[in-house]
Amino acid sequence: MNPSRGYRIFIHVAAIVVSLVILAPFYWLFIASVASPADLLARPLRFVPDHISFHRYQDIFTSHGDNVSAAFREAFVNSLIVASGTVLISVSVGIFGAYAISRLRFRARQPIVLVFLSTYMVPPIALVIPLYLVMVRLHLLDTRLGLIVVYCSFTAPFVIWIMGNFFQTIPKDLEDAAQVEGCTRVGALFRVILPLARPGLLATVLFAFLIAWDEFLYALIFTSTTASKTIPVAIAEFTGRYETDFGLQAAGGVLAALPPVLIALVFQRYIVGGLSRGAVKG
Amino acid sequence: MATAPVHPPPAGPAEELAAPGPSWRARTREARFAAALLIPSAVVVFGVVLYPILRTLYTSFYDVNSPFPGSYPFVGLGNYRRVIEDGEVWASVLRTGYFTLVSTGLEMLFGLGIALLLYAPLRFRWLFRAIVVLPWALPTVVNAALWRQIFNAQYGALNALLTQLHLADSYRSWLGEPFLALNMVILADVWKNTSLVAFFLFAGLATIPRELYEAARVDGASAWRSFVSITLPLLKPAIVVVLVLRTIEAFKVFDIIYVMTRGGPANGTASIAYYTYARAFSDESFGYGSALAYLIVLFIFVLATFYIRALRAGQFEAA
Repeated sequence: MNPSRGYRIFIHVAAIVVSLVILAPFYWLFIASVASPADLLARPLRFVPDHISFHRYQDIFTSHGDNVSAAFREAFVNSLIVASGTVLISVSVGIFGAYAISRLRFRARQPIVLVFLSTYMVPPIALVIPLYLVMVRLHLLDTRLGLIVVYCSFTAPFVIWIMGNFFQTIPKDLEDAAQVEGCTRVGALFRVILPLARPGLLATVLFAFLIAWDEFLYALIFTSTTASKTIPVAIAEFTGRYETDFGLQAAGGVLAALPPVLIALVFQRYIVGGLSRGAVKG
Repeated sequence: MATAPVHPPPAGPAEELAAPGPSWRARTREARFAAALLIPSAVVVFGVVLYPILRTLYTSFYDVNSPFPGSYPFVGLGNYRRVIEDGEVWASVLRTGYFTLVSTGLEMLFGLGIALLLYAPLRFRWLFRAIVVLPWALPTVVNAALWRQIFNAQYGALNALLTQLHLADSYRSWLGEPFLALNMVILADVWKNTSLVAFFLFAGLATIPRELYEAARVDGASAWRSFVSITLPLLKPAIVVVLVLRTIEAFKVFDIIYVMTRGGPANGTASIAYYTYARAFSDESFGYGSALAYLIVLFIFVLATFYIRALRAGQFEAA
């Protein structure tokens, strides 16, 4: 039995409405980044601007010295380094932890899982004051390394959770076979399990990157100069200071959105697989 | 591409005891191996988290009023008494509760609808999926800055759109009145986070075997009936997981409020996390801020305990 004509029309209309609601703000973000200030402050507001120019992007990529455009570029580079470093470290250590809790039998397994996951319940605001003092003493304040260390503490439990669930969906026989063939357990993890868990691994890397890229409170308090300031902090500061220069704000926003949006689009087919085997199916 | 696992789930603790498992020596070796594998993660996580969480508790008993080390007067439960007596705390807890309830509720509702659409036989499914993923990938701060501008009283796109479509006569200050501003912040939050909920629920839908629907159809069940008797019960684990994630996130809400309204106007959008931040970092009342932080921990702990029960009922295993 084929779905009825009315049903088909309904789902297509609904999908178009949802798409418009999602795309309209994105359209406006992009248009504002290329429209002239006159267009943006016009009344009635011009939704299709008279003058289009990419000079704000050009400024961000080329300008030097103490100005907002250069600060956006430096913050962008900081964000890239911090998010990549966080993903690299937390995924490397988290994979072993995930393997241990999903594949090995030991008595404290369940409590250990809960302790790792319970760190998610602690709001950053409850940790940030003492962490600030520790960072001052270790000379990690306003450094990218300091942010990476802190970010790993909340991405690693996430990696353990998703990868642990994912490992459980891989038949144990395959691993046993590898061990019969003379592989060590760690060898079997790298040669058999990880290749099979590749979709889950990609999804985990994607989520960890998004979480690290998005983080705001720690970055707001721990960074103060272009040495380590991340792009969310740069944008937040800018919105507070130059409220009506929406053009440059929007260009910075497009820049900040670009890496996560591209990664999400490229890897989107892994998101669903990663979530269904890693998060919603125990 | 998501399929149900083809093998039985790993043995739980009870089965482990009953089964003629490996020898005691083998199990000790296995436990040691597990410890070795878990140590790096434990160092990375608890090396950062453990000291601050204890230190914050310690600080909450002192009247610490500067970020520098020094000797501060011990006040016992004084800061906690102040929390209880501070009317603004309870106002912000109520506000956070309202934010959490309304935003999570709307995100679940719209998220479920969009998840069903993602699953439906659309002509351009890949395109629709690519569009739905976009708000999720948009950084929270960018989302907040964008909506702040859209809601701007003089130059905002919302005012312009409404007046140009003749839906409104005059410009409105969307973020200028406390309760209206709170609802506008919720709108911005829902716009972004519904995307995440939709993908989680879509992933859950993908694990439901299609044969069940065919069987129901053969038995003459209506679409509504199979939604209620098949989709909802089998989607429950996914619903619970995403509900927990979103509730806890919403209760911790800070970023979007910081960028959109700085807690204003008249504290009308100050969530408990924002209020705590303001007391600790604007007033430098670190002792009081620490006590407030523990109040948030307490609330989230209660929420989480409530949910873990629901998780158990939903037959979900944490890992």
